[in-house]
Amino acid sequence: MKCSEFLQELTNYLDGVLDHHTKVELENHLSWCHNCYVVCDTTKKTIEIYRDSQLYELPEDLRSRLRSAIMTKCQQHKKRGPESV
Amino acid sequence: MGAIQNRLEGPVSDELTLVRAAKEGDDSAFEELVRRYDRNVFRIAQHITQNREDAEDVVQEAFLKAYSNLAKFQEQSKFYTWLVRIAVNEALMKLRRKKPERTVSLDEDIKTEDDSLPREIADWSPNPEQQYTQAELREILSKTIQGLPPGFRTVFVLRDVEGLSTEETAAALELSVPAVKSRLLRARLQLRERLGRFFQRRESGDGESGDGNQ
Repeated sequence: MKCSEFLQELTNYLDGVLDHHTKVELENHLSWCHNCYVVCDTTKKTIEIYRDSQLYELPEDLRSRLRSAIMTKCQQHKKRGPESV
Repeated sequence: MGAIQNRLEGPVSDELTLVRAAKEGDDSAFEELVRRYDRNVFRIAQHITQNREDAEDVVQEAFLKAYSNLAKFQEQSKFYTWLVRIAVNEALMKLRRKKPERTVSLDEDIKTEDDSLPREIADWSPNPEQQYTQAELREILSKTIQGLPPGFRTVFVLRDVEGLSTEETAAALELSVPAVKSRLLRARLQLRERLGRFFQRRESGDGESGDGNQ
């Protein structure tokens, strides 16, 4: 496997959807190609950091304000009929 | 290599029960759906719009649209996937209104093949996020993802942050599976490249700061 082929398969590899044969080839490539190993490892870290970041969590007070605004609008919509949105 | 975990709560069949009750006019069932997905919709909206007030608007508009169009929901996909599609469209519309000079589309042909090829291959520190405070880290992550084209960051957020499957992401964005995969790869590689500036292993003791501050 060449470095460019590794890159093509990287997303499937990280998502765990590679077939067995390609996975073995890719891991063999990673065992000797340090650059691709680093790209793979740091890409995985990138995903994990974003997933665990709790970026843009909705604060509870805002959450309940939004929910009651939504439900009020929904009820207004119900009273007025379907042409109002 | 851990598979991406789903951040949703509750079984799907339970979701369908709520949806059917809501269709019958049970508002408390719809409110339960709001309660279940409001955090996800807010995160997605803020990732796309990069603005908190806009994200608040998108949450309200998306749920109201879902409520008023519930009868048209065919139950062929998950309610959540359908809701995400509505929310993404609302968020992109907000973005278009704010930045009409820039193309804001999921279909845009983004000519950034070269941007996706790794140029910086230096390794990162063992726990790079721990070099920063929570607030600093949030700032770094937020600024970094802002630099991606909307079409890329939307795919990344749905797939990697919210944990939708590739097929669900494709359905929510009305893109083909290969298009989702190609954007996801480029988004992941571009984020990796940009985060590297903050997370690279620093050589200690040789006087090189490597960050260009001096």
